[in-house]
Amino acid sequence: MANHVLLAVVVVTALAFDFTNGFHDTGNAMATSIATGALGPRIAVALSGVLNLVGAFLSLSVAATIASGLVDTKLVTLTVVFAGLAGGIIWNLLTWFLGIPSSSSHALIGGVVGSTMAAAGGHAVQWKGLFSKVIIPAGISPIVAVLVASIGTWLVYRLSRGVPEQARSHGFRIGQIGSASMVSLAHGTNDAQKTMGIITLALIANGSINADAKAPFWVILTCALAISLGTYVGGWRVIRTLGKGLVEIDSPQGMAAESSSAAVILLSSHFGYSLSTTHVATGSILGTGLGKKGAEVRWGVAGRMATAWLLTLPAAAVVGAGAYALAHGIGGTGGVIVVLVILIAIAAMIYLRSRRTVVRHDNVNAEWTGNAGAGAVDVPAAA
Amino acid sequence: MNSWIDLHALWQIIVVSLICGAGLPALFAVGLRGLSMTRQPVQAGADQERIVGDNPVGIAFAVLCFAVVLAGIAWGIYLIVAGS
Repeated sequence: MANHVLLAVVVVTALAFDFTNGFHDTGNAMATSIATGALGPRIAVALSGVLNLVGAFLSLSVAATIASGLVDTKLVTLTVVFAGLAGGIIWNLLTWFLGIPSSSSHALIGGVVGSTMAAAGGHAVQWKGLFSKVIIPAGISPIVAVLVASIGTWLVYRLSRGVPEQARSHGFRIGQIGSASMVSLAHGTNDAQKTMGIITLALIANGSINADAKAPFWVILTCALAISLGTYVGGWRVIRTLGKGLVEIDSPQGMAAESSSAAVILLSSHFGYSLSTTHVATGSILGTGLGKKGAEVRWGVAGRMATAWLLTLPAAAVVGAGAYALAHGIGGTGGVIVVLVILIAIAAMIYLRSRRTVVRHDNVNAEWTGNAGAGAVDVPAAA
Repeated sequence: MNSWIDLHALWQIIVVSLICGAGLPALFAVGLRGLSMTRQPVQAGADQERIVGDNPVGIAFAVLCFAVVLAGIAWGIYLIVAGS
């Protein structure tokens, strides 16, 4: 009986993480389209939500589990999974509050690695797997994205020189709808599977399904719905930073950035690298600023993001480890419930605090003020 | 191969990403240029929002470009569905 309660808590927490994954990453696909006016903000998040839903059903190849090859899955218990999710959720909410596009995948992996270490020690972590599958690709992928997007942007401007300014802008806005849709689809296939993998891992840890079983259909369905709903809610704070903060974007740049993101994400997952879509999307947007002559790149904003990226794994790991220590210290289902209550309290606190500096669909595109303090979201002057 | 980085996969990712991620929008740009071609040079400020010009060769060329772009997208979706 206690196990059923625990399992239910883990599944619900995992879906909550999936939801934060959705709204945290809406900007990856849609920020540039919203910034250039290719799509209205509300239409953009709705389209992205639907395509994430479709994407989640398209392919299940990565759903094996995100944790295999990173931690010793035999040592993973439900409490470990739960604590890892808590680490991921808190880091996601914090970075969303600050308007920083950080990697949801890294938050999840960091949380799970941290809680596994707290539970079974450092030897339970497969460090080599962690480096070769997560950390090194995370370092390389934004560079590839910068390269592809800057070359793409340069080519696009060079080749469309004869087209009148407004007609060009109009044409690329139409193209952006297609390229942004591809990124959304790729995001759905990539990121929804990470939560599917975590829930499957929990089911295996609980003995509900065999170790080599595939994700059951209800897992696929609920994960797809959670990420799609999260995307639809829209992480406006992050969208604003990506679309307005990093680089001032025109529609040809937007299309180049999105095409680059879609290509890098799809190809990497084709080769079995489950990359962070956030790193790729941010790299592409940065690259598109470099590829256009005279475009302003706000390196301060980029630097703040890079710092957050470096912190994501260790910070989520610390929270995951702390959550495990607390839950394990109290013991049993009761310990998990206590941590759950604290998690909900922290989430509510961050949400309430965010109400003071609201960023919504109607002010997301306001002029970048640059008056954000250390790490704070850039709040539009007139909300 | 290097056991930390799969260089073989990396260069393939870079090359194919360049072809699809930079090449397809570039082709879209070429298509747009063909589409907007006019027989006479456009007067400054006149009808600038129009994407479609009046040059049949340009339009045919544009259709070809857009078809290749769409084929690229279809291939991308096929990659996802095939899931390999």
